[in-house]
Amino acid sequence: MRFAVAERDAALAEAAGEVLAKQAGAERIRAGWPGGDAEAVDAVWRTLAGVGVSGALVQESADGLGLGLDENALPPLMEALGRSGLPVPAAETVAVGAPLLAAAGAPQLPDVLKGSALITVSLTPGAPVPFAARADLIAVPDGEGLRLFARDEVALEPVGSVDGSRWLAQVGAPAGGGLLLAEGPAELAVAHRRGVLATAALLLGLGGRMLELTVAHVRERQQFGVPVGSFQAVKHALADVELALRFARPAVLAAGWAQAAGDSEAAVRTSMAKVLASEAARKAARTAIQCHGAMGYTTEYDLHLYAKRAWALAADWGGPAEHRESIGRRLGLAGPADHVSEGADA
Amino acid sequence: MDLTWSPEEDAFRREAREWLAANVPRDPLPSGDTRAGFAAHLEWERTLFEARWSVVSWPEAYGGRDASLWQWLVFEDEYHRAGAPARVTQNGIFLLAPTVFAFGTEEQQRRILPRMAAAQDLWAQGWSEPGAGSDLAAIRSRAVRDEGAGGWRLTGQKTWTTRGAFCTHLFGLFRTDPEAERHRGLTYFLVPLDAPGVTVRGFERLDGDEGFAEVFLDDVLVPDADVLGGVGEGWRVAMATTGSERGLTLRSPGRFLHTADRLVDLARTTPESTGAHRDRVVQAWIEAQAYELFTLEQVTSIVEGRPVGAESSLNKLFWSQLDIALHETAAELLGPEAEIDGPWSRGFLFSLAGPIYAGTNEIQRNIVAERLLGLPRR
Repeated sequence: MRFAVAERDAALAEAAGEVLAKQAGAERIRAGWPGGDAEAVDAVWRTLAGVGVSGALVQESADGLGLGLDENALPPLMEALGRSGLPVPAAETVAVGAPLLAAAGAPQLPDVLKGSALITVSLTPGAPVPFAARADLIAVPDGEGLRLFARDEVALEPVGSVDGSRWLAQVGAPAGGGLLLAEGPAELAVAHRRGVLATAALLLGLGGRMLELTVAHVRERQQFGVPVGSFQAVKHALADVELALRFARPAVLAAGWAQAAGDSEAAVRTSMAKVLASEAARKAARTAIQCHGAMGYTTEYDLHLYAKRAWALAADWGGPAEHRESIGRRLGLAGPADHVSEGADA
Repeated sequence: MDLTWSPEEDAFRREAREWLAANVPRDPLPSGDTRAGFAAHLEWERTLFEARWSVVSWPEAYGGRDASLWQWLVFEDEYHRAGAPARVTQNGIFLLAPTVFAFGTEEQQRRILPRMAAAQDLWAQGWSEPGAGSDLAAIRSRAVRDEGAGGWRLTGQKTWTTRGAFCTHLFGLFRTDPEAERHRGLTYFLVPLDAPGVTVRGFERLDGDEGFAEVFLDDVLVPDADVLGGVGEGWRVAMATTGSERGLTLRSPGRFLHTADRLVDLARTTPESTGAHRDRVVQAWIEAQAYELFTLEQVTSIVEGRPVGAESSLNKLFWSQLDIALHETAAELLGPEAEIDGPWSRGFLFSLAGPIYAGTNEIQRNIVAERLLGLPRR
């Protein structure tokens, strides 16, 4: 028994963290919003690809960096990416898209690994797809499978998101077209679990970043002649955020381990991680805005960039209620008949 | 990262599980916070001791098994899963003993620990006073030097002392230097409750059991040998081990995992349960698992030499809120039966004490905010 991130799993996150610290401040998040300089975001993404981020779960034989990493490496890496707020399809690329392209022997893999082609994936039939409005490659479900299309092969209808950097779009793909990336419930379940895990870890990073911004603010901001962070009402609210984040993190790490080890509890562990991380990030966002006062309710200050991403991701890849429902079924708590659909993660 | 148990830990688990299956009383004992129930629990404590399960993590010389922190966690898990009785000796074993190991002389360790392990001496905690609860440093009970008698004369009042009416000894803080500033001038004393000048009056807790006591001390002579950790060092000695009280050692995950499993069973067998019930049941179950995972991370840190410190306040906040959530959810499922006197309603009443004892949750949030987040104290 050893519950701590292994050095080899932390190494890539550290390398990515160095790139992000230098190149990905809040202005890079704004660049990812409509009217911004999206190329500046892509440039950071390519640098990250260069240190092995996109191909983290891709083996050397398929042109990955051959880091030999598995899902254990996802939590620290995604936490670092989440903390930065960089507006890229991180979970969709690293956890789902790249490994599936590699497994399918798809010719698009090298460009994705270089970061020169942006890929996005959705496993939820009919739902708007994040980054579809600006991705080069789009993978969407088709019956029992997942199919990959170039952007010009599908009909795209942009959908506004609370987080403008998400480039959400409704995707109309021709049935039976494109390249078959994954097929059958087992393959889709693995892909789904990885996407959920990565998103949970992104949420942890976002929550941590919002807490950090807020702590810095309430230490500085003076009212009634003292820092507002000296008031117990503020202290206690922020202590509750720390509590939620600190108890979500081990759940995310444990889900990564369960997936990597092929543990029979991987599905439950992953759902737990998403529930706890989503709720912790939502709490962080709500509390952070409150503790910033009116300043937190503006778009001039950076906080909203992280909060909006947290709201988007908390609901993406299954919200807390959906994952609780899934755990409930596994615990033998039968729902009504119309809830028996098990989804891809059965 | 490796979340599997070693063969040695698995073997330890099997041994514990088999012994517990053969020895845990079939019918639940009456509450250990009543006089009759306490006696029944003492018998159980002695059974545990004779089989060397009462203090598994202690050295063999003092009645333990030299178990690692991991093995202790395994034992706790099995103990709660077996539905074994509450530990009426816990305030000695989990609160005083870590302090005796850290600050006691060898003579004190040899004299105190084996009798504690065997449930011959039963220890109550004498910290709170009528005017000193959350503000523990406001303690007024005093100890005056008696050079001729070679000790100290203790006078004052302690209160909300858990199982004080049934215990044989008290460990507590007393003011030895009335001139010194609040936190200084306190000393940690060990006091037999049958000493001349001690009066104990039991009183009822919220659940109606006589689980609390007031302890009055009137010129009680305590010899120098029963000062723990040095005169004037009381605050430092007491605070050094508050982590045990707030965190892992007092409330291991096994307790909540077991309650969460009972809650899931209750939901399974409640045909009227709705989707809203399920949602709450699963959330409570998830949080119990999250507490276990948090403690696995914590034990890894401790084993690898990174001490826990103020983080034990996170444990305290989490488990105390979790315990209430588990029981409130059960009450929802039970519907009109929730008011019936039984394990769930008793557990609920007890859970309400969680955010109060071992330092109120308000104090814990201050600690998290000030020491972990770095917010200004004033």
